[in-house]
Amino acid sequence: MNYLPIWAILFPLLGGLLQLLIRNKAGVAAQRGLSLILLSGLVLLALWMFIVALQGERYVYYLGNWPAPFGIVLVLDQLSAMMVLLTAVLALMAMSYAMLRQIDQLGLHFHVLFQIQLFGLNGAFLTGDIFNLFVFFEVLLLASYGLMLHGLGQERTKAGLHYVTLNLVGSILFLFALGAVYGSLGTLNLADLALKVGQAPLERQGLIKTAGLLLLVVFGLKAAMFPLYMWLPATYASTSAPVAALFAIMTKVGIYALIRVHGTMFGAEAQGLAYFYQPWVLSAGLVTLFVAALGVVAAQELRRLVTYGVLASVATLLIAVGINTPASLAAALFYLVHSTLLAATFFLLADLISEGREDIGDRLEKAPIMPGAKYLGIVYFAVVVGMVGLPPLSGFLGKALILQSALAHPWYGWIFAVVLGSSLIMLVSMVRAGTLLFYRLPPRDGRAIIPLQKTALLPIYALLFISPLLVLLAHPITEFTQQMAQQLLDLSHYTQAVLANPMQGGH
Amino acid sequence: MTLVDFNLPVVVLLPFLGALLATQAARFNRLAAAGTAAVITILALILLLPALPLPFAGQTLIQRWEWVPSLGLEFAFRLDGLGLLFALLILVIGLLVIIYARYYLSPQDSMGRFFAFLLSFMGSMLGIVLSENLIQLVIFWELTSLSSFLLISYWYTRSDARQGARMALTITGMGGLALFGGVLILGHIVGSFNLTEVLAASSLIHASPWYTPMLVLILLGAFTKSAQFPFHFWLPHAMAAPTPVSAYLHSATMVKAGIFLLVRLFPVLSGTPEWHWLVGTAGMLTLLLGAFTALFKHDIKGLLAYSTISHLGLITLLLGIGSPLAVVAALFHIINHATFKASLFMVAGIVDHETGTRDMRRVNGLMKYMPQVGILAIIASAAMAGVPLLNGFLSKEMFFDQTVSVSAISPLAWVIPVLATLAGVFSVAYSARFVHDIFFNGEPINLPKKPHEPPLYMKIPVGLLVLACIAVGVFPVYTIAGVLYVAIAGALQTTPPEYSLALWHGFSAPLLMSFIALVVGLIVYLIRKPLFAWYDRGLSQWDARIVYQALVNGLIHWAQSVTRRLDRGTFRNMLIWFFGVTLLAGVVGFWDEALLGTRELMPVDGITAMAIAGLILSSLLTVLKHRSRLISLVMLGVVGLVVSLGFAKFSAPDLALTQLSVEIVTVVLLMLALYFLPQYTHMLSSHKRHYQDIAWAMGLGFSAALLTLAVLTRDLQSISGYFLAHSKTGGGGTNVVNVILVDFRGFDTLGEIVVLALAGLGIVALLQGIKLYAPKRNAEGVPWSQESHPLILQVQARILFPMMLMVAIFIFLRGHNLPGGGFIAGLIAALAIVLQNLANGIVWTAARIRWDMHSVLAAGIGIATFTGLGAMLMHYPFLTSTFTYLKWPIVGKFEIASAMGFDTGVFLVVVGATVMILVQLGRLNYIETEDTGDLQPAKGSTP
Repeated sequence: MNYLPIWAILFPLLGGLLQLLIRNKAGVAAQRGLSLILLSGLVLLALWMFIVALQGERYVYYLGNWPAPFGIVLVLDQLSAMMVLLTAVLALMAMSYAMLRQIDQLGLHFHVLFQIQLFGLNGAFLTGDIFNLFVFFEVLLLASYGLMLHGLGQERTKAGLHYVTLNLVGSILFLFALGAVYGSLGTLNLADLALKVGQAPLERQGLIKTAGLLLLVVFGLKAAMFPLYMWLPATYASTSAPVAALFAIMTKVGIYALIRVHGTMFGAEAQGLAYFYQPWVLSAGLVTLFVAALGVVAAQELRRLVTYGVLASVATLLIAVGINTPASLAAALFYLVHSTLLAATFFLLADLISEGREDIGDRLEKAPIMPGAKYLGIVYFAVVVGMVGLPPLSGFLGKALILQSALAHPWYGWIFAVVLGSSLIMLVSMVRAGTLLFYRLPPRDGRAIIPLQKTALLPIYALLFISPLLVLLAHPITEFTQQMAQQLLDLSHYTQAVLANPMQGGH
Repeated sequence: MTLVDFNLPVVVLLPFLGALLATQAARFNRLAAAGTAAVITILALILLLPALPLPFAGQTLIQRWEWVPSLGLEFAFRLDGLGLLFALLILVIGLLVIIYARYYLSPQDSMGRFFAFLLSFMGSMLGIVLSENLIQLVIFWELTSLSSFLLISYWYTRSDARQGARMALTITGMGGLALFGGVLILGHIVGSFNLTEVLAASSLIHASPWYTPMLVLILLGAFTKSAQFPFHFWLPHAMAAPTPVSAYLHSATMVKAGIFLLVRLFPVLSGTPEWHWLVGTAGMLTLLLGAFTALFKHDIKGLLAYSTISHLGLITLLLGIGSPLAVVAALFHIINHATFKASLFMVAGIVDHETGTRDMRRVNGLMKYMPQVGILAIIASAAMAGVPLLNGFLSKEMFFDQTVSVSAISPLAWVIPVLATLAGVFSVAYSARFVHDIFFNGEPINLPKKPHEPPLYMKIPVGLLVLACIAVGVFPVYTIAGVLYVAIAGALQTTPPEYSLALWHGFSAPLLMSFIALVVGLIVYLIRKPLFAWYDRGLSQWDARIVYQALVNGLIHWAQSVTRRLDRGTFRNMLIWFFGVTLLAGVVGFWDEALLGTRELMPVDGITAMAIAGLILSSLLTVLKHRSRLISLVMLGVVGLVVSLGFAKFSAPDLALTQLSVEIVTVVLLMLALYFLPQYTHMLSSHKRHYQDIAWAMGLGFSAALLTLAVLTRDLQSISGYFLAHSKTGGGGTNVVNVILVDFRGFDTLGEIVVLALAGLGIVALLQGIKLYAPKRNAEGVPWSQESHPLILQVQARILFPMMLMVAIFIFLRGHNLPGGGFIAGLIAALAIVLQNLANGIVWTAARIRWDMHSVLAAGIGIATFTGLGAMLMHYPFLTSTFTYLKWPIVGKFEIASAMGFDTGVFLVVVGATVMILVQLGRLNYIETEDTGDLQPAKGSTP
């Protein structure tokens, strides 16, 4: 079972290599067939990993057979398994949509970049080494930049430039932070770092704290935490729909890194520095949610509305993480799954809607009735219900879990006010947009109607279907997220498991 | 297992299933949807039947299953007297509305959609009244808001329907969210969300410090749903819904959900001053405002809507009074109001349906045209006005009695019965208006349709409801007493107090109040003309909707300005926030900690000082000269060179070599890119901004230096000792840097070469299809040299080429033990090709590069990966290295390590990516323009 994490990383890498080898020479059908096989395979592999991780063990993989903390380790635990599975499912759906709508053919190397993106994501979710995390952040960034520009266009190129440059600045800051980490603690392995922070002499506190806060800025940039979110609206709103859908997991990488790195380094065993960063996360989350809700209200295009909705879900996650109890962490993990899938659904849906509105596109203005408005309208309604967090979809449960855990926090009044208030104004705006899109219809002029491509709805249905499933199976799923939170908080087991070094012979 | 073990969830969920069935049924036959809905409703009633005796036997039926234990959410249902009363109201009136709607909807209306929404609503409503778990109750609560939105916006092409629906959803949605918060707090106080436990925890709840916020939140939920002042205004606008919807949702059921909640939680929330004041005041204000405004509405449904508001206020006021007898009156009035108001709405619908308008200034004298409807309407309105022998009279008497009984509690409380009587006056007046204006008062004016009796089945539901009004009014003890009794028991959770349903209580204060209300009410109606004129002059402008609209518009504008201010879409703005937060992180991190450590700094010798000065100077020049790109780039090159010297000084020859070759390659590639850009850029920013930028840059540079010092002034204890110790023994190489790169941390390198490959691929994808004209002149208009490539350089470069490759191979081979390795070797090999490019031009060079660089990249990553996979074949982890010594003739004994395979991959990727970028950039300048130095788009357009 120990080899599972490495395969989750190598599988998309080898897939990318294959795609690179056949390139455009083998024709569209071969590329697509290969992609489908690879992504379905990845889903199965991830599912296997998930089932294995469910048993509660941690699986540590010592790359190059070097003992920790000297070599790089991969650690498979429940959280990483869940992230990998979530990514795989999302990728399969996004790719299916891209193929159904021919979006994969708008530029070169879509299939290669897609696989490498997954390589980066899975690597980031599985590594137990902070410098290795940096490397995978680079892979992610470059691959996502390529994907983001896929299909080109002026808006996209401009937003892409902002995205990549700002994130490169972020990478430089990551290096500074790593320098400070290594310079103060002398190690890069996360488990070892957790031990070292606990033992660090008092005179290094400031340096370690600064390193932790700089890392928070880096992860906050990825997660689009206030005030580092400004790259997100333009980026997500201007890229192609399947890429935006896949990007739904990109902000979650930031959240994941925060939970993983900060939760481990500055966890309960970090003495004076235990959870020192959490008030910052919580306040940033509250402000982000507030700003995101205003962004939803202010949006004049559907895709911008969706991107701010995504921002709101990230903010809700930050709040849940910042509340900093086992229950809130478990709630965050539940909400993470829900919000990622729903955000992706919304991006794909927005694409179909703007396609149907021809030259009006996704601008929130009156337009003649779009083809297939009935189907799209029903899905829109469902997605709004899910996104705002109304019952009976999973957003409600997620918010309920988060708010309930917030009652243990002294700031519960603020948390309630911001979470519920933002839900309300997002509901109002999304319903306004919806009535405009589906209800307020001037008559069609005589132009021909391109009928809705109904097959393109399939990945949307599939993604959306998971939300009620999360509610129906809430019992086992919440039990699982609690277990996962428990495992994350059990740091002594983590450090023991990683630093145990049951080496095979050799060297 | 018997039916009473699981029938409640079935009753609740059945309508949702019915909603699906209705949409499908409507495909076959328009009317099948209505039939489905009716059958489903009857089925639900039948399923409820076996549980019916239990509340009458004093038992509470609970059916529960686990759902989300961590949240305290159970799939749990409860049937006691209160739930039973409401469930029966919902189902019975629902059935009548379904029959009525079947005839009300016109052939253009989609039956499937209507009945699907209606059934969803019915299911949600049943869910509220039958929930045992409060979170589950909230779930159904929100579902009523959503289904009500869909029902109000049923005629979605009408703008008033859209607006009304949105407003209703906004207000009830707000309340729903507040309720959600309140319920979470309530459950937190009690430790359970199940009503059984919650209702038993009265003292715990009252003593809790959370009581007040919890109460306010829950009341917000109840008040918004039940249209209490100041949230009442959504209800009149919801009248844009088809009339069956108004009859069902906005009189009989949904608006009663708020009341239901107040009654449900009455045993644990009431009895405090907060409760009395909040609930009582809201109820009184709503009662008066609703009764008063109703009189002045010319729209029939508008009148009924405000009348509903007023009756809801009455019930709320009773609950606010809070005595057990007040609860009796409240519950009784809930039943009565549901019957007479639903029938009146149906009458309004009939009038609308048959005349085409609802304006009471035009609809007059209908008694001639539809006498049967007229008689039903008269009876129902009389019930609404509180005329004896009808059900409305009985509960209104109880209400008056309660107001009289509280008037004793404080010196000012005498206003309560007075105001109640005043409300009664208006209630009589608008009831009179409803009857007189519609059915008498002369002839109809200019009606769109000629009125006549409606179809029989539209009248039957009205008839049945009116019959109930009479039956309850005349024989309360034989009709309603039983259900009412168990409902009261369920509401109070104890034995009900003594009360009497007799028609005659003797001459008493309530009777006097009723009498005054009747007489004065009729007088008010008689003097209506001047009153209307007075109202239309001033008060009609006052509408809470305007405030609401202003709030919504204000929110939108404010949101837009905040969003614009934060998310400006400029890069500078993003960067400033980023840098600001970064600096903040440093300040917070070091706030009350020592910035610098105690370790002594190294002494500075002259040469180092000079190098440092050079570094600072060239960095400064890079920034200062950034508007002339070439100079800036050259300066950047100097920075790189000094840094590589620094590496050399601190005994890192590998890094020095790498830095040097990277520097050369990047400068050359950047030069190629610069070729397409203007040589100079103008100063784009204002002076003020310029100085700001300088401040930012200095602040950041200074902070970076401080952070570095903070690290360097402390002793480092790190894991590096292990690498030194195990490099030779475990990795088979004495060059620790290389062993780290290809072995200890080979996985990082694998990631990095993928990044490099991605850069190459990204550039290919980005530049695909782009053709740029190369400028012929520089910025000063001087033509670029047309001379072909210098011969000496050409010759030298060709001679150098194999030698450089030899050096690359040499560096590669020795890399494991001495400075070198795949990365540096790759850069040197790439440089050899770059040199050919410089000497011979890109066309010449590209023609001689036979391999597609895609394949080289694939091969590089492939070789590196498969080297790692090889170890797995031997059951070692990925990238585990091995080495051995071989002895060849002539060469002698040498070491061969598996890591060399990995390094080969690195080598190939470095070469492949560099050459790929080179070729791509070179490919751009195939086409050259004739005239200006400006860039031109390639296709079609000529300047």
